[in-house]
Amino acid sequence: MGMTITEKILAKSAKRKSVTTGENVWLNVDVLMTHDVCGPPTISIWKKEFGEKAKIWDKNKLVIFPDHYIFTKNSHANRNVDILRRFAEEQNLPNYYDAGTERYKGVCHIALAEEGYNVPGTVLFGTDSHTCTSGAFGMFATGVGNTDAAFILGTGKIWEKIPETMKFTFNGIMPSYLTAKDLILQILGDIGTDGATYRAMEFDGGAISSLSMYERMTLTNMAIEAGGMNGIIAVDETTKKYLDETGVSDYEIFKSDTDATYHSKFTYDVSKLEPLVAKPHSPDNRDTVRNVQGTKLTKCYIGSCTGGKITDFRYAANLLFGKKVKATTFIVPASTAIAKQLEEEAINGISLKEIFEKAGCIIAESSCAACLGGPSDTIGRSTDGDVVISTTNRNFPGRMGSKSSQVYLASPLTVAASAINGVITDPREYL
Amino acid sequence: MEKKIIGKAYILGDNIDTDQIIPAEHLVYSTSDPEELKKYGHYALSSVPIEKAGLPEGGNQFIVGDNYQSEYSVVIGGSNFGCGSSREHAPLALQTAGVKVVIAESYARIFYRNSVDGGFVIPYESQSKLNDKIKTGDVIEVDVVANKITNQTDGRSYQLNPLGDVFEIVEAGGLFAFARTAGMIS
Repeated sequence: MGMTITEKILAKSAKRKSVTTGENVWLNVDVLMTHDVCGPPTISIWKKEFGEKAKIWDKNKLVIFPDHYIFTKNSHANRNVDILRRFAEEQNLPNYYDAGTERYKGVCHIALAEEGYNVPGTVLFGTDSHTCTSGAFGMFATGVGNTDAAFILGTGKIWEKIPETMKFTFNGIMPSYLTAKDLILQILGDIGTDGATYRAMEFDGGAISSLSMYERMTLTNMAIEAGGMNGIIAVDETTKKYLDETGVSDYEIFKSDTDATYHSKFTYDVSKLEPLVAKPHSPDNRDTVRNVQGTKLTKCYIGSCTGGKITDFRYAANLLFGKKVKATTFIVPASTAIAKQLEEEAINGISLKEIFEKAGCIIAESSCAACLGGPSDTIGRSTDGDVVISTTNRNFPGRMGSKSSQVYLASPLTVAASAINGVITDPREYL
Repeated sequence: MEKKIIGKAYILGDNIDTDQIIPAEHLVYSTSDPEELKKYGHYALSSVPIEKAGLPEGGNQFIVGDNYQSEYSVVIGGSNFGCGSSREHAPLALQTAGVKVVIAESYARIFYRNSVDGGFVIPYESQSKLNDKIKTGDVIEVDVVANKITNQTDGRSYQLNPLGDVFEIVEAGGLFAFARTAGMIS
């Protein structure tokens, strides 16, 4: 019987010929990623269990990106970065990207791609639920907690239940007014925030093939919003080109067998979809932008691992070119590399950064920033009574700060169009 | 592992995400310093909208005043409990506040794993919807051997799904204790 791409990668990691959905296996982990929020407690559990003087299982396989609470005066948050720095010194870690230095990269999930840690066919665990983002590279990637991460730090192994796979096929040619964000909001509205719990979400079809790697990462990134264990897209020429550019050459390509067994299959024609939002307070509270058009906004936010990639800013800059925003708008590039690209890329000779500045946007430094609220001095954090439209991933009560704020999730096109009008706006008005 | 747990129930709705369990702004505190750890208990469930806090009436603060421990030790939710971020601080916060058992119709994967592998709380699945049958403040007896709960306030009993594959980890008290018992680590 055939296997899905996820089953094949997990079988390889478990050193098995095949695996059966529902069984628990011990996996050999290729890369463990952590950051400043979950790294310190992971390190403390690891030290308690393995001893103060222990060495981690493989220093080349641990990657640490401080990224959550970086630009804050909060002394406890600063202390967490100090703990990471000390640990990196103690363990002589080659893959630590310290805050406040040239090595600082920004949001971990994007930095993993940019720094060449996303390797097709491998298994990546991270202490962050959006670790599933890396699945866009034909690999298995998922989030775990601190205890599991500490166990990996000591042993290089972790147990996992082999997931059933749900397949989502997007056919057709992507219309100019749609982005990957609209596709994943469509799925979330269809299956709900627990529609893929403990399952793999596999994406394919002509519309997916046409997406850039950054756009594909928007899809796999939000697999967790449906409860998915992982999101995954098979390697194609677009993947190979990106890998080539980031210096990744040694990898194994897996594809799902045609006779693989799926939990369920969903097929969409992208020409029939339209711009969507997730209304407060859940990512599956889907509606069309048309239906909520005119909702008055206090803040617009373009940023995070989900919606702060160069492709998101290209979409936004095209709409904001020569316009002024009517609601406070934050531009938060996910990575320092993307921040640099904003200065280098131009439309009609004007850099994306300048387009945003001239439109009246506030440009922040690369980090997770207000996507998850953060310490009280975090830029863009929502306050009581705020109505926010955001390219981020979650709008649960209090997620972006105040629990009395309302957050709409949308594509960068929809957020940019809404910023121009100060009310929720269908991007087709400006395309 | 305690075989019998008796405590007051705190009732929540569906899709209780980890931001509601412990808001991200508090994740800066040390999890190993005993004094700072109390902050996690103090802020446990602090982002649940007040009208949904302690159903059916709502308006029941999980933590009162400056305390870090709650009078409720059995949390009963609906479906998809613990969805959202991977923060292990979520089951840790519940444990620090004095919660021993969570009972929900279903769980998000990472919260479930964290509860089991970290040995924080026992994540039981109910066989039917219970958050509309039990009220906040009812006294609940959880029988971890028979996988059954009894509402001592109204005398009704409900069966829970056995813990299955993870029972051994729960019984050992977490992943590390389990791995030592199994001879995987020294």
